[in-house]
Amino acid sequence: MIDWCDKCEEMMQPFLDGSLSDEEVEKAQHHLELCSWCAKRFRFEERLRHYVRVAVSEPMSPDLKAKLAALRTPLET
Amino acid sequence: MTDGAPSAAETRRLGEEARARVRFEEEALGLSDQVYRVARRLAGSREEAEDLVQQTYERAFRSWRQYTPGTNLRAWLLRILTNLNIDKGRRQQRTPQTTSLDNEAGDYYLYNKLESQVPDENPDEERVLEKLSQDSIVDALAEVPHDFRDVIVLVDIGEFSYADAAQILDVPIGTVMSRLHRGRRILKKNLADGVAA
Repeated sequence: MIDWCDKCEEMMQPFLDGSLSDEEVEKAQHHLELCSWCAKRFRFEERLRHYVRVAVSEPMSPDLKAKLAALRTPLET
Repeated sequence: MTDGAPSAAETRRLGEEARARVRFEEEALGLSDQVYRVARRLAGSREEAEDLVQQTYERAFRSWRQYTPGTNLRAWLLRILTNLNIDKGRRQQRTPQTTSLDNEAGDYYLYNKLESQVPDENPDEERVLEKLSQDSIVDALAEVPHDFRDVIVLVDIGEFSYADAAQILDVPIGTVMSRLHRGRRILKKNLADGVAA
């Protein structure tokens, strides 16, 4: 007896990465239409990925920007 | 007998090379925010990240002729950066990065743990997400062993493709995918374990 929720949990990452076969995508989507328990977890995963990207982003200091700009080869006049 | 002055052809060639170099430097500098974003997560601290980025650009500018115009400059720069980072890690004798199976949980583990802490009966995923702070994510990512973290940083944060990440890290694509999937599970378990019991 296959536990489809367990299978769906295993497929979640490649599903969201877009790396499942068409057949597997169809199976997962079918389950997600019927199972709000898994659907919620898939939506959370998508939001989490976006949140991680945002949470860890940090702008470069103007100091570093200036140091890098100073590496430019001077133009000969 | 020449008098040492460059020929017209030579002057033209030097002019073209100077222009190509300027174009290269401008394009590379234009990518510095993206390079820094990755460096900041690969390195342990802001200072380390800044040093890494500066060394990367110094090396890139020195070896600019090795870059083929029109190809993926961002990946080229990141390759220099990750090599510098790996060299530094070897010198500092990085702690081993294999993780025991204890540290792995399924992909629903984090959600299940967070949901149990939301007072609502049947919370939606946004309410559950609110349980996570930005700091907790920064800390949890820093705790992921570096081989896995490198892939998460390149793919999920740097938004490189699997193929580009494989090229940057000089590993097979299959390795990128398996480290990415395991790495994300480790990150999520770190987040789950960081949340008060």
